[in-house]
Amino acid sequence: MADLPAEMRTPPVLAIRDLEYGWTAGRSLLDIPRLDVAAGGKLLIRGPSGSGKSTLLNLLAGILTPRAGAIRLLDSEISALSATARDRFRGEHLGVIFQLFNLLPYLSILDNVLLPCRFSRRRAERARATDGSEDAAAARLLAELGLPGAMDGPVSRLSIGQQQRVAAARALIGAPEIVIADEPTSALDEDSRAAFLQLLSTECERAGATLVMVSHERSLESLFDRVVPMSALSGGN
Amino acid sequence: MNRRFPIAGLALASIASRRTSALLTGCAVALSVLLVLGVQEMRQSARDSFASTISGTDLLVGPRTSGVNLLLYAVFRIGQPTNNLSWQSYQHFAAAPGVAWSIPLSLGDSYRGYSVVGTTDAYFRSFRYGGQRRLEFAAGQGFGDGPAAVLGAAAAETLGHRVGEEIILSHGLGGTSFLEHDSHPVRITGVLAPTGTVADRAVYVPLATLEAVHESAVPSFAAPPGDAAASSGDLSGPNGRSGPAEITAFLLGLESRIEVLRLQRRINEYAAEPLTAVIPAVALVELWSVVGVAENALLAVGVLAVLTGLVGMLVAILGTLNERRREMAILRSVGARPAQIFLLLMTEAGLLAAAGAMLGVLLKTLLLAALRSPIQTRTGILVENVLPGAADAIVVIVVTIAGLALGALPAWQAYRNSLADGMTIRL
Repeated sequence: MADLPAEMRTPPVLAIRDLEYGWTAGRSLLDIPRLDVAAGGKLLIRGPSGSGKSTLLNLLAGILTPRAGAIRLLDSEISALSATARDRFRGEHLGVIFQLFNLLPYLSILDNVLLPCRFSRRRAERARATDGSEDAAAARLLAELGLPGAMDGPVSRLSIGQQQRVAAARALIGAPEIVIADEPTSALDEDSRAAFLQLLSTECERAGATLVMVSHERSLESLFDRVVPMSALSGGN
Repeated sequence: MNRRFPIAGLALASIASRRTSALLTGCAVALSVLLVLGVQEMRQSARDSFASTISGTDLLVGPRTSGVNLLLYAVFRIGQPTNNLSWQSYQHFAAAPGVAWSIPLSLGDSYRGYSVVGTTDAYFRSFRYGGQRRLEFAAGQGFGDGPAAVLGAAAAETLGHRVGEEIILSHGLGGTSFLEHDSHPVRITGVLAPTGTVADRAVYVPLATLEAVHESAVPSFAAPPGDAAASSGDLSGPNGRSGPAEITAFLLGLESRIEVLRLQRRINEYAAEPLTAVIPAVALVELWSVVGVAENALLAVGVLAVLTGLVGMLVAILGTLNERRREMAILRSVGARPAQIFLLLMTEAGLLAAAGAMLGVLLKTLLLAALRSPIQTRTGILVENVLPGAADAIVVIVVTIAGLALGALPAWQAYRNSLADGMTIRL
């Protein structure tokens, strides 16, 4: 793996060593000897569905724990933390964007964006520190993502593209160090995909967040500074 | 959304988003709680009211019959006396040592739907209700001499009679009589203040007046010759006999309650006439143990209805679980622990049950406030306290706990789902 010189100077934000994960011993669904992602990097993990991308994201987010090996996020070896500590870590340091249906239908746009601040005091404090108040932070992110105004409205009236942008605002509020996106553009049309990714990418840069995204699409590769095929992760990258 | 309690805020928002289903679920719980509370309230009010009516009386004496039967017809005027006891027996025990006061009662007639109670002025002097409260006149006074009538508060109000008016008594129990005799008009000398007991729902007349009505209305009543004119309030008739031949029952108040059991035994063993003396409180206990079976059956129905309401809530929550797996995954992704997912569903179940129960208490309160007056006029039962009390709070707490216990099932299901699904959104 050809690390850029800049990335070598700072410790990686995400580091995987000898990761093995699988349902039965002897046959690993995932086997990743090594993966490093530097701070502020934008990594696209590409692969067809069923290649274990979602499993990898669940491992990174601390929902699943590896059978063997270690996952290090920031200064924590998340694979060694307790379940509660992993939930807490996820709330404080990770923003997550799903493929579809990212929002709670019974909360307003604003409350959906503020959700991480409800579960993590650190995210709430950082939102207040950067923008004065949580609401102001949400308003700024929504405006930057092209959704100004109407924050109190229901999410049901939003188009899918708008919903994904609200999800991006939620992932970014309170400046988490890592943003994980699981096929966030697959429900969008061709034009919206590039626009959405451009916005997400810009916002991650602005917040200094590291972006890790999985997708099966090839057309988006130019927006990332690294693209790793899922197949290349196994057996050394 | 609440900042300090994210789960409570989420639960409220989630319930609000399904408000139709939540409202129906809550109403089912509320109506069932209303049933339980209503049964309990009327049971308590009836008991308090009955106990209050007779609380100042030490012994109730009638002809040989069961204690409950005697209590029902002589005091509460439910049912009819089957036979009478002689005036001599009354006089014998009224004069017994240790007896502080005695009140003879002669029943069996009615005036426009209200019981006519033949008695003496002793009734107004000595009768106690609600502990040691005396009867008071709202207007006028007792019988005095001559034909007279004193009306209970409810009777006076409903019939619209006032002191000084004349009423015409008839013989029999019907609301309107086929025999009305102008020859026996009686003047109303007094109206009693409300007591909240059956005493409000009666027309009181002197024993002699009642005798006169009977004798003239039914000539074949085997009246002794010359007694037909005995319309005086004075119990000494012109024939020299000191009162009516028979009365229905009498009440005794003793100087010392220690004497009650001894006198009761003496009356029950009285050789001259078979009599029954009962301690009202004891007869009431007996009555409630009989009535209690029906009350408990009604209460059991109420409890089952509450359970049905809560199971309805359970079904409503369980039915949404699958479509909410997505929601759980989102919550996990922002840092919610599986325990918080569990808590979220428990909170929803608890909130629904508590809100339903509180709505039930509110309905009960409104209903009692609206029906208090008709209940008292129709049944004589006074609903003392309309406002919710400690018993209502206990019911709300118990229903909430039961709701939480049932809510643990969907909560556990969601907990397991969220462990299995993680952040993976399954559709």
